[in-house]
Amino acid sequence: MNAQLQPTGSAYFIAKETEKPENHTLSVLVDNEPGVLARVIGLFSGRGYNIESLTVSETEHEKHLSRITIVTRGTPHVLEQIKHQLERIVPVHRVVDLTVRSHESGQERPLERELALVKVAGTGEARVEALRLADAFRASVIDANTEHFIFEITGKGTKIDQFIAIMKPLGLVEICRTGVAALNRGPQAM
Amino acid sequence: MSNGQNERREMTGAEMVVQALKDNGVKHVFGYPGGAVLPIYDEIFQQDEVEHILVRHEQGAGHAAEGYARSTGKAGVMLVTSGPGATNAVTPLQDALMDSIPLVCLTGQVPTSLIGSDAFQECDTVGITRPCTKHNWLVKDVNELAATIHEAFHVATTGRPGPVVVDIPKDVQFAKGFYVPPQIAPRTSYQPKVQGDLEKIKAAVELMAGARKPIIYSGGGVINSGPEASHLLRELVDLTGFPITSTLMGLGAYPASGKNWMGMLGMHGTYEANMAMHDCDVMICIGARFDDRITGRLTAFSPNSKKIHIDIDPSSINKNVHTEVPIIGDVGRVLEDMVRLWRAGAKADKKALYPWWEQIAKWRARDSLAYKMNNDVIMPQYAIERLYALTKDMDTYITTEVGQHQMWAAQHYHFEKPNRWMTSGGLGTMGYGLPAALGVQIAHPDALVIDIAGDASVQMTMQEMSAAVQHNAPIKIFILNNQYMGMVRQWQQLLHGNRLSHSYTEAMPDFVKLAEAYGGHGIRCEKPDELDDAIKEMISVRKPVLFDCRVATLANCFPMIPSGKAHNEMLLPDEATDEAVANAIDAKGRELV
Repeated sequence: MNAQLQPTGSAYFIAKETEKPENHTLSVLVDNEPGVLARVIGLFSGRGYNIESLTVSETEHEKHLSRITIVTRGTPHVLEQIKHQLERIVPVHRVVDLTVRSHESGQERPLERELALVKVAGTGEARVEALRLADAFRASVIDANTEHFIFEITGKGTKIDQFIAIMKPLGLVEICRTGVAALNRGPQAM
Repeated sequence: MSNGQNERREMTGAEMVVQALKDNGVKHVFGYPGGAVLPIYDEIFQQDEVEHILVRHEQGAGHAAEGYARSTGKAGVMLVTSGPGATNAVTPLQDALMDSIPLVCLTGQVPTSLIGSDAFQECDTVGITRPCTKHNWLVKDVNELAATIHEAFHVATTGRPGPVVVDIPKDVQFAKGFYVPPQIAPRTSYQPKVQGDLEKIKAAVELMAGARKPIIYSGGGVINSGPEASHLLRELVDLTGFPITSTLMGLGAYPASGKNWMGMLGMHGTYEANMAMHDCDVMICIGARFDDRITGRLTAFSPNSKKIHIDIDPSSINKNVHTEVPIIGDVGRVLEDMVRLWRAGAKADKKALYPWWEQIAKWRARDSLAYKMNNDVIMPQYAIERLYALTKDMDTYITTEVGQHQMWAAQHYHFEKPNRWMTSGGLGTMGYGLPAALGVQIAHPDALVIDIAGDASVQMTMQEMSAAVQHNAPIKIFILNNQYMGMVRQWQQLLHGNRLSHSYTEAMPDFVKLAEAYGGHGIRCEKPDELDDAIKEMISVRKPVLFDCRVATLANCFPMIPSGKAHNEMLLPDEATDEAVANAIDAKGRELV
């Protein structure tokens, strides 16, 4: 029995969550000014929301606008709260739930891509096998000597997960991965 | 406000601060000096348009500014130094955030070149205050200082009001730059929606017209929206004939003498208000946010009603309670449309509400605020009743601390106008009332300002008595002294087998001597038949007064919705025997605390 779900006798009523959590990708357009990322992240930690992935960069230099792409997990009710709470932040211009938007236009999910740099060291058969598999995954070699490769791979998160899993027995040394970059299909902006 | 003289005038950062305060209509600033704000204090010294009120602790400055803001509708302003000055401001900032009070807090900061070096009295003010402000700024360029302060006032006072912080390094205060006057050029990302969606308002009016068991539940948003919103609320109640209840924060928006008034709702609200909330078919929530003190157990909250929710903050909609008709906008604007549409279309079928009013009359007959009078000991409820009777015809403002006395004040002091009731609702800050009273008195020098206090809370910010004496603010601190932290003790009785762990104050100061030590006036009253004369004495003294009102020590605050219970499961005073109180929360609930 989960004790926390009982009335605690302190007049804080904790109701059992009946909705199922979902992963959603949010696009947040913000003024590129000091502290804006801290405001967004602070909101997530302060209100107990999850961040599965986070990507930030200035996208419109002249207007000083940055685009923050957040993959978060929550029930539909919590996801609606997250959107509204983000909109309260003064330098936030727009918040779009790309996942909801893609559902509206009949898509299963928005276009999402990640990039990873994967360092693999080895010689002999393993080295040849790594190169062959990288070719199959359309990963490109961006650095190499006789003992190692660094592959650059882009794609959906699942593809990168798979590539990394395959490289593990072939001499995987280290990985650097970006968060998710996402847009919706079609001619319109967010 | 722009005049040619001020356009791009060169001045120091410190001069800009004072000029910006003047240009934003500020008459009073509550503050405390220190190393990192000395240049600004030097400018304040050299002018007399902006009056500075010296407090004794930065927390006091914040609550005073809150009381000032709540009673005037204008932004309250506080000025504190870096480091400890800023950290002491955190409690009032969070208090203002939770109660939506416009508060502009200017903080000094160590010189820009020293930021990050752990310099003397350095702290990361914008980092610390980020979650307890609506927005905050660190100004590193003197040429951005004036525009930032103007923007700070704009953000604090528009949309859902709230606290803001402008952190100003000392070198920026000394640096010279160009001053710009306030202008309406809000940043494009901040545009609160004030006008409600007309289609939604129409749907709401339609729903209201068909209601047979309606209730209006109003909150602090009505007060924040301004006096016109309260006026429109009264008009709407008259037109519709609907019963109305209010949250703690909303008291006074609808007059307590109005015939449709049901009293406050929630944990210590009246039986009729809570029962009507539970049984209603249409609920119109106006400027309130379904706080957990209001709803009781959410799964049993007003199960059969359709809900209309008017709020300026979209994140309040559907946060705790699902709403059928959400209307995002300023309460005043939305009520204006609502009243107009009701007049134009809806037929007020007040007869259809008769059975509902009859039911309400039955609930009201339970007389849930009743208490047993005692001829030897002052009952706390009696003390508030007498205070009300003797001050209601005066120009009175009431502030409170937090605890039992606060709930008794809300139950037994009756408010006819908005902006007359200042209390810490969301954060529940003990120590709010005394400095808040100081702020109210500064804004209304000739009014009667009373802090209904508890003996424990009042000692948290007692030092501001000294500020009140210095600034000739004749605030009246009416202490319901039961020698306990009454609400803590009540909860210990309810939940912890009446083991009164650290809720009794064994070394209570002599409040009369304390008042005299500060240069104020002290009064003690222990007998019910002496109370009226003592209150009259308090009113007549033109000095800060500490009134030590000795009340029954073990009185509990009823009615009450015990934990885990719904609106229709209230504990009423005549049923609240010691046994009932001890068993109000079942054993399982208790062991889980």
